[in-house]
Amino acid sequence: MAADNLADPHSQQRIPSVPETISVHTYPNGLVLVAEPMPWLRSAAFSLLVPAGCALEPGDRGGLASLTSEMVERGCGPRDSRQFLLDLDNLGVEWNDSVSAPHTGFGGAAPAESLPSALAIFADMVRRPHLPAREMEAARSLQLQELRAVEDEPARKVMTELRRRQYHEPWGRPAHGDLAGVEAATLDDVQGFFSRHYRPDGAVLGVAGLFEFARLRDTVAELLSDWEPVESPAPVERPEPRPYLHLPYESAQTQIGIAYASVPYRHPDYFQAWGGVGVLSGGMSSRLFTEVREKRGLCYSVSAAIHTLRDRAGVFCYAGTTADRAQETLEVTLGELRRLAEGVKPDELGRLKARIKSSLIMQQESSAARSGAIAADWYHLGHVRNVAELNALVDQLTCASINEYLAANPPGNFTVVTVGPSPLEVPVAF
Amino acid sequence: MRFERHTLPNGLEIVAECNDAAYSTALGFFVRTGARDETDAEAGVSHFLEHMMFKGTPTRSADDVNREFDEIGAYYNACTDEENTIYYANVLPEYQDRAVDLLADILRPSLRTADFETEKQVILEEIHMYDDQPPFGADERCRAAYFGSHPLGRSVLGTAQSVTSLSVEAMRDYFERRYTPANIVLVGAGRVRFDELVRTAEARCGQWESQPVSRVLGPAEPKAAFLSIHKKIATQQYALQLSPAPFDAVGERYAAKLLATVLGDDSGSRLYWELVDPGLAEHAELQHAEYADAGVMITFLCCAPEEAADNLVRIACLYRSAEQEGVTEVELRQAKNKVSSRVVLSSERPRGRLFAVGADWLCRGEYRSVEDDLQALGDVTLDDLHDLLAHYPLSTPVTVTIGPLESVCSPASSAD
Repeated sequence: MAADNLADPHSQQRIPSVPETISVHTYPNGLVLVAEPMPWLRSAAFSLLVPAGCALEPGDRGGLASLTSEMVERGCGPRDSRQFLLDLDNLGVEWNDSVSAPHTGFGGAAPAESLPSALAIFADMVRRPHLPAREMEAARSLQLQELRAVEDEPARKVMTELRRRQYHEPWGRPAHGDLAGVEAATLDDVQGFFSRHYRPDGAVLGVAGLFEFARLRDTVAELLSDWEPVESPAPVERPEPRPYLHLPYESAQTQIGIAYASVPYRHPDYFQAWGGVGVLSGGMSSRLFTEVREKRGLCYSVSAAIHTLRDRAGVFCYAGTTADRAQETLEVTLGELRRLAEGVKPDELGRLKARIKSSLIMQQESSAARSGAIAADWYHLGHVRNVAELNALVDQLTCASINEYLAANPPGNFTVVTVGPSPLEVPVAF
Repeated sequence: MRFERHTLPNGLEIVAECNDAAYSTALGFFVRTGARDETDAEAGVSHFLEHMMFKGTPTRSADDVNREFDEIGAYYNACTDEENTIYYANVLPEYQDRAVDLLADILRPSLRTADFETEKQVILEEIHMYDDQPPFGADERCRAAYFGSHPLGRSVLGTAQSVTSLSVEAMRDYFERRYTPANIVLVGAGRVRFDELVRTAEARCGQWESQPVSRVLGPAEPKAAFLSIHKKIATQQYALQLSPAPFDAVGERYAAKLLATVLGDDSGSRLYWELVDPGLAEHAELQHAEYADAGVMITFLCCAPEEAADNLVRIACLYRSAEQEGVTEVELRQAKNKVSSRVVLSSERPRGRLFAVGADWLCRGEYRSVEDDLQALGDVTLDDLHDLLAHYPLSTPVTVTIGPLESVCSPASSAD
């Protein structure tokens, strides 16, 4: 449910056969409610994006955003931490939290009748958490363990390091932070981060499912309209060089991560870039799956996806393969990335459009998917794309338009990270 | 919402939960075969065969198969476990026929030798991938220790050695034995045109020849055991525990799901409050799983190595205390609310219903609607949970731990 994690533009679009019913309400304190009724469902879901992402952490407190989200869940309003979980369970709320570079997000789905009560609990959580001092060491211990668990997952580790290097500081930071930052964080740091960044201005609440909009708008007004805005400075960027990185690890496989710059979701060329990546990876007839896995049997898992922040984006590719075949896998994968600049073919585009259509319609079956998508849409665009825009965007996608984009923006200037027994030969000029 | 069923003359069954209000159609061929149906010489063949099914048929190349699924915008895949192999596609309703045609065609694959050798490399990569990630194969080791010579003790992936030495002839032989129509169910959920589904299935599968097919069933006879495996590169310590659980009677199965939720759901359960909330473990969970002739409770633990032995003692004490003192009405109500909500939420997508309907039919030959499930959950009483704890103790499990520690002390040897 991370707002910046939108590899797939299906998630912002609606299908022509569904009437346009998305409603938006902006409260005086800056909070935006975007809501899409889905009366054919029995559930309702919400996605609350608070502008408290890990890009806003002080440089020496990596992991503070996650630590703060762990702490706000340990009691809020009239509930201690036990009552908090008990109430959510009894309401039947399936919920999660997530930290991305720009946001801390809280999402939930429940039988429709539980929505107002669930929102009331989450409103308490983002406004009146207890942040109990006695729980600080437990929260820290959990996060330190998560950091250690990442060390046991080389596939996750390679993509974490790849993103860190592809985006400049602080946009490439991992949500779980770093050992030094988590060990150094104090309760004061948590309280400070909470009071500076848990704020309505810049927050978006997306709701989808079975509800009546006017009542929802009033419920949210009661819960959140007197939430005070806070002025908060934007993060400072620190560009750094990023040569090939190899992290030694005594594993059977070598994990390979390759990234290159793309255009963000709000950019006029985003759909052209997305179309190119869709031909590369997505569906089992895509180029990476066909060339790397099906024809050569080089690996079990190979993929590429666009990841977008508001003002920048990257294509992130992953392949995991036995160490002695890693060099060939790297070369074949890089070869496919370079070949993309030569363009895509009509049959490839046809399959891509079929997948878009399917995916758009199937999204109407999930309130959770829609609530996340419309909240993210608002963050990226300042509006939610309507049917007319969607139709135009999909119809306008042609081989010529995609190929023109790819010719002008050929994949290149790759960032490469590997994790495994030995480093690979990475071409110097590519 | 209505349930429909039909059996072709060759024994292939077709069942569907038809919902005219759904946006999409989910379809799957559920084959009653998996690791438990293999011999030692075939270890891993069920899963390897599942990959080979996408490698082409007499009328389609592997490229054709992948391309055609993508052309209809299908969300499709396959999966293999100890008992079942499932090939499924979620499509828009207008593509029902094309999806069934494709799925039926790949169920009669060419199994060409050259493709077999190429795909073997992919399978070996998959085995290596699991070797490198938690819990580093400890799940299969625990299953083997618990089930012993019972067929459910077999590994789904097989080993690098068993897969390397497998021949294409052995795979063809396994296919002939197991993929017979009487062992296959075509399942539909969502917006399904049932009459058309039957007609397409008759045309595509009607000529498949029947063979007698059977499966060895029998009770598992586990004995408590404790095993430590040293994995030098691991950072965290992991532990798995298996103990017996019910698998057939409806009431008992639902009671087992609720008991697992009370004691070990990943949030708000007794294990959560004892281990995760205080920061003693990164993850601690209890789940119930059922098979044709056995049920198991599975405990999973991930924690810092220095906490592992103490955490295992804490888990043993927690289970003993539940066995001796029971659980409360408040806990049962909380679990019912939580599980009922999950049932409703997961049923909103046809692909969610596909797996539920298929599993019920394959395992027990019964159809259960969402309302049936909610009713059965609602009917479970505190006494049911206490009976379960009396008949299926959690405190004498088979345990396998893996991680940087050379050995971990068994909770049975740390007297309390």
